[in-house]
Amino acid sequence: MCCEEQVLMQQKLDKVIEDHKDMQGALIPVLHEAQSIYGYLPYEVMKRIAEGLQIPVAKVYGVATFYSQFSLEKKGKYRINVCMGTACYVKGSGDILNKFRERLGIEVGECTDDGLFSLESCRCIGACGLAPVITINDEVYGRLTEKDIDAIIDKYEGMEA
Amino acid sequence: MASVKTANDIKLIKYETQKRIGSRLGYSNYEGADIHMMICGSTGCTSSGSGKLITKLEELIARDEMGEKVAIVKTGCFGLCAEGPIIMVQPGNVMYTQVTTEDLDEIWEEHVKGGKPVERLISQNETEFFAKQERIALRNCGRINPECIDEYIAYDGYEALGKVLNEMDPDDVIDLIKESGLRGRGGGGFPAGRKWEAGARAESPIKYICCNADEGDPGAFMDRSILEGDPHSVIEAMIIAGYACGACKGFVYIRAEYPIAVDRLRTAIEQAREYGLLGDNIMGKGFSFDIEIRLGAGAFVCGEGSALMISIEGNRGEPRPKPPRATEKGIFGYPTVLNNVETFANVPQIIVRGLDWYNSIGTEKSKGTKVFAISGKINNTGLVEIPMGTNLREIIYDIGGGIPGGKQFKAAQTGGPSGGCIPAELIDTPIDYDSLTSLGSMMGSGGLIVMDETTCMVDIAKFFLEFTVDESCGKCPPCRIGTKRMLEILERITEGKGEMSDLEELEELAETIQKGALCGLGQSAPNPVLSTMKYFKDEYIAHVRDKKCPAGVCVSMLRFIIEAETCKRCGICAKNCPVGAISGSKETPYTIDQEKCIKCGVCMTKCPFKAIMKNA
Ligand SMILES: Cc1cc2nc3c(=O)[nH]c(=O)nc-3n(C[C@H](O)[C@H](O)[C@H](O)COP(=O)(O)O)c2cc1C
Ligand code: FES
Repeated sequence: MCCEEQVLMQQKLDKVIEDHKDMQGALIPVLHEAQSIYGYLPYEVMKRIAEGLQIPVAKVYGVATFYSQFSLEKKGKYRINVCMGTACYVKGSGDILNKFRERLGIEVGECTDDGLFSLESCRCIGACGLAPVITINDEVYGRLTEKDIDAIIDKYEGMEA
Repeated sequence: MASVKTANDIKLIKYETQKRIGSRLGYSNYEGADIHMMICGSTGCTSSGSGKLITKLEELIARDEMGEKVAIVKTGCFGLCAEGPIIMVQPGNVMYTQVTTEDLDEIWEEHVKGGKPVERLISQNETEFFAKQERIALRNCGRINPECIDEYIAYDGYEALGKVLNEMDPDDVIDLIKESGLRGRGGGGFPAGRKWEAGARAESPIKYICCNADEGDPGAFMDRSILEGDPHSVIEAMIIAGYACGACKGFVYIRAEYPIAVDRLRTAIEQAREYGLLGDNIMGKGFSFDIEIRLGAGAFVCGEGSALMISIEGNRGEPRPKPPRATEKGIFGYPTVLNNVETFANVPQIIVRGLDWYNSIGTEKSKGTKVFAISGKINNTGLVEIPMGTNLREIIYDIGGGIPGGKQFKAAQTGGPSGGCIPAELIDTPIDYDSLTSLGSMMGSGGLIVMDETTCMVDIAKFFLEFTVDESCGKCPPCRIGTKRMLEILERITEGKGEMSDLEELEELAETIQKGALCGLGQSAPNPVLSTMKYFKDEYIAHVRDKKCPAGVCVSMLRFIIEAETCKRCGICAKNCPVGAISGSKETPYTIDQEKCIKCGVCMTKCPFKAIMKNA
C-alpha cells in the first residue's frame, strides 16, 4: 500500500475519533468505522483509537476480540461468509462450507495467498427463508447447492482476470 | 416538508396520502397512479433478484411513458420468502411469485396494460399461506413503502401517539398495556405493562427506553422484517413507551449483520425528526424524546438484557447478575425499559384498536399473535403471524404447505439454542408461551425450524451446543466449562465412541449448568440436549449402543455399500473416489474398502445407476 493512501486512511480515522469523542460508549461505533476504513483492525489502529478516546489499549483489544464482527486479521478482497445458522445447517450448509474449503484450499478464518478470498462462517443473517445462504461482501446468495459453488468462485475470479 | 404540530396534522397527512395512494386502497376517487406495483425490497427478495425487477420496471414505465399511471412501491417482506422475488399488483391483491424479468414483460403487457392478471404466474400457495394468519406486528409489511412516513400515516400510523399525548396520562397508557396482556416477544414472555410500570416508578432524572433488535436466535428473522418493512411502528411505540415511563431518550440496539434494516431505521428516524415526531415538544405537548441507533458487533450473548446494555456502554458484552433490574439500573446506570422489536410493533395497534379487539385474539394467558419464522424442511419457508394457540399441525401443514419430497415430519425446534424440540406425536399442541415451556421448549423469539426423518436429533443437539460454546462469554464457569464438557460428550457419541454412562453424565451436567449459570444463555443452554433426550432417547441409544445413526447423518457411523445386483460395473465410482477406496472390474464386482473410505459420499452422487447405498 502506498503511503499516501495510509495518510488518507489515518486522516479519516482521526476524524472518526474526533467526532465520537464526547459520545458515551463510543468505542464500539468507532471500531465499526475503523474497520470499514481499514478492512480490519491492525494493532496501530487500535492503539490510535485508545489514545484518541483516552482509554487503555487493553480495553480496546478486549472489546475488539470479544465481538466476532471485528477482525484483527486482514481479510480477502472477497469475504465469503457461510451461514451456519440453524435453518441453513438443517438445509446442508455444512456441505457448502466444505466445498469452499476444498475449492479454495483454506480453512475458516483464513485468506487465500493471493489475498482474493477469505472464508468465514456466521450464525444467521436473517435470510433463513432462502437457506442455505452465503454472503460475499454485501451480496447475498440463497438456495444454494454444492454444485453452485464453483460457478460463484469462477465469477469472482473472472472479475479479476 | 410537512411538520406535525398537533394530532390534527396527522389526520391531514393521512387524508392527503390516502387520496394519493387511493387506488391501492380500493378507492374509486383518488389522485395518484392507477396501478401500484408492490415489489419486496427486503433481504430475502433482494437476494432473489428483486432489484433487477425494479430496474426493468422503471425501463418499461419510461418506454411506454406510463409514469403517471403506474407507481413502483418498494415494500417490506410479504412473508413468503421461499417464493421470492415477489410482486403484488394493486388494486386487486394479485400476487406474483418467483418473477423473472421475462415474466415481468408478460405481466406488464397482459395485466398492467391489458387489465388481465396472468394466471400462470399467480402464486399457488398464497391462499393457504395467508388464510390462517392474523397480521398485527406485520400488518404493514408488504403494504407500504417503509421509507415513506406518509404511507405509514395513511395506514393509521402515529394515530396512537396522537391519542396518547392528547387523551391519556402516562398511567392510563401503562394500565392499557397491562390490561392488554401483551407479553414480551423477545424470549421470556414477561408482561410488557408491568415492565413499563416498573420503569415509570423508578425515580431518576434520566431514563431510557431500549429496543432489542439484536435477534441472535439463528432461524429467526421477524425483527429484521419488521424493521425493514415497517420501521415507524417501532419508533412510534418507543415514543409512547417514553411518554408512559417518563424517559427522554431511546436506543435501538441492532445487529450489524442487518444492513438493510439499519438503513431503513435510520431513514425512518430522520423522517420522524423532520416531522417533529421525534425531538423537543412533540405535538406541542411538552414531551421530548429522541432515538439513537447502536450497532451490535456479532455476539449472541448481547441479546441478553444486561449484556446488551453493557455493550451499548462500549464494553465486552458480559452479562451481570440481577438484581438490580434494568428498570432500576440500566444503560449508563439509569433506569431502562427494554423491549423486543415485535413487542413494540404491537403497541400502536393495541392503542388504536382497543382492548376488546386485542383481548379477543389468542389464548387466556397469551394474548394476541406471534410471528414465527418457519424454515428448514418445509415447503413454504417464510414469516407468518398467527394467533397464539394455533397448533403446530396448522402451522406446518396448512400454512407451511407440509414437508418437501414426501418426507416424514419428525420434530420442530423452537426457542433456538435456548429452546427445545416438539416431536411429531405432539403436533396438535396449541402453541403459546406456557404450552411450549411445559413441553421443555420455549417460545424464544419465534424461530421455528422444521426437521424431517433425515435430520439426526443427536447431531442437532450437538449443533446447538457448539453454538453455545462459541457464544458463551466466558464469565461464569458453569457455562464456559460445563457446556464444553457436554459438547465433548456429544462429539464422542456422534463419532460412535459413546458409552451408556455418557447419557447420565449429560443429564447431570445439564442440571448443574441450569442451576449455576449466571445468565439466561447458560441456564438454558442444556435445553436442546435435554429435550432431544426426552423425546428421542432411542436415537441416542442407537448411537451409543448400536453405533448407528438412524438418520444417516453422523458421518463416522456411515457405511457406503455397493449393491452387487444394481451395479453395472461401469467403474465411474472408482474413478471418482478421492482416496482410491473402490476396486473392481468388468469381471469382479466393485466394492468399497471400508478402512480406506473417508465417507465423502462422492461415489454415491456419481453413480448413474443408484447402486451405492448409505447404510446407517
Ligand atoms: C442469551 C440470550 C439472548 C437473547 N437474545 C435476544 C434477542 O436477540 N432479542 C430479544 O429481543 N431478546 C433477547 N433475549 C431476551 C432479552 O434478555 C430480554 O428479555 C428481552 O429483550 C426483553 O424484551 P421483551 O420483554 O419485549 O421480550 C435474550 C436473552 C438471552 C438470555
Ligand atoms: S440460519 Fe442461515 S440465514 Fe438464518
